[in-house]
Amino acid sequence: MAVRVQEQDFDAGAEMSRLRASRADVGAVASFVGVVRDSNDGASVGSMTLEHYPGMTEKSIQAIIDQAKERWKIFDALVIHRVGELKPRDQIVLVAVTGSHRGEAFAACEFIMDFLKTRAPFWKKEQTQQGARWVDARVSDDAAAARWSSTTPKAGR
Amino acid sequence: MKLRLKFFARIREQLGCDGEVLEAPAGVATVAALRNFLVARGENWQQALSGNRVLRVAVNQDMAEPDTPLCDGDEVAFFPPVTGG
Repeated sequence: MAVRVQEQDFDAGAEMSRLRASRADVGAVASFVGVVRDSNDGASVGSMTLEHYPGMTEKSIQAIIDQAKERWKIFDALVIHRVGELKPRDQIVLVAVTGSHRGEAFAACEFIMDFLKTRAPFWKKEQTQQGARWVDARVSDDAAAARWSSTTPKAGR
Repeated sequence: MKLRLKFFARIREQLGCDGEVLEAPAGVATVAALRNFLVARGENWQQALSGNRVLRVAVNQDMAEPDTPLCDGDEVAFFPPVTGG
């Protein structure tokens, strides 16, 4: 289990290779990479700055991973989230999960990402041609996280 | 009672500071009471923290509710809804 918050970029392939090689009973590695888009809400985005709450960030993501581990039969989960200034096409976040089978790995990966978006204390400020603006939280993100409370976990295989 | 306050993102910018150590007066025993106490400091504080704005509060780095009690030495953070990922 690992949570890393850092300014520097990451190598998703190398991280996943490490997870895959860590044990011989891994049958699935599911991952998600979030990327900076060049436009948002009708404005072109030149760059963005990600601020976070050191300490609480790591603690809250670890709590989300712990919940995923209770809910699905997964082996390991890694979250890397970048902070500081980022530009379009830059990677923001990696979530990678290993398990015996794809079902649990896919579900846990999506669960971790949905809860990260609504619980982990990060804030984005975009630089647009109209000036700098804080990104507003989306209702659709709350809905994405809420749907996990109405789904029953898959039985372990 | 001493509280360590922290402000993030839009709220930090509106207040022009990222935190302070507050000697809270008697009666400021919950998150809601602390918020009301800060809002009463003036227009700037009202704009940043008043009830019209959706904001989140964490006590000792755990998400808190308006009725969450405060204790001496607590770290209390005010911030907007999160937008990471």
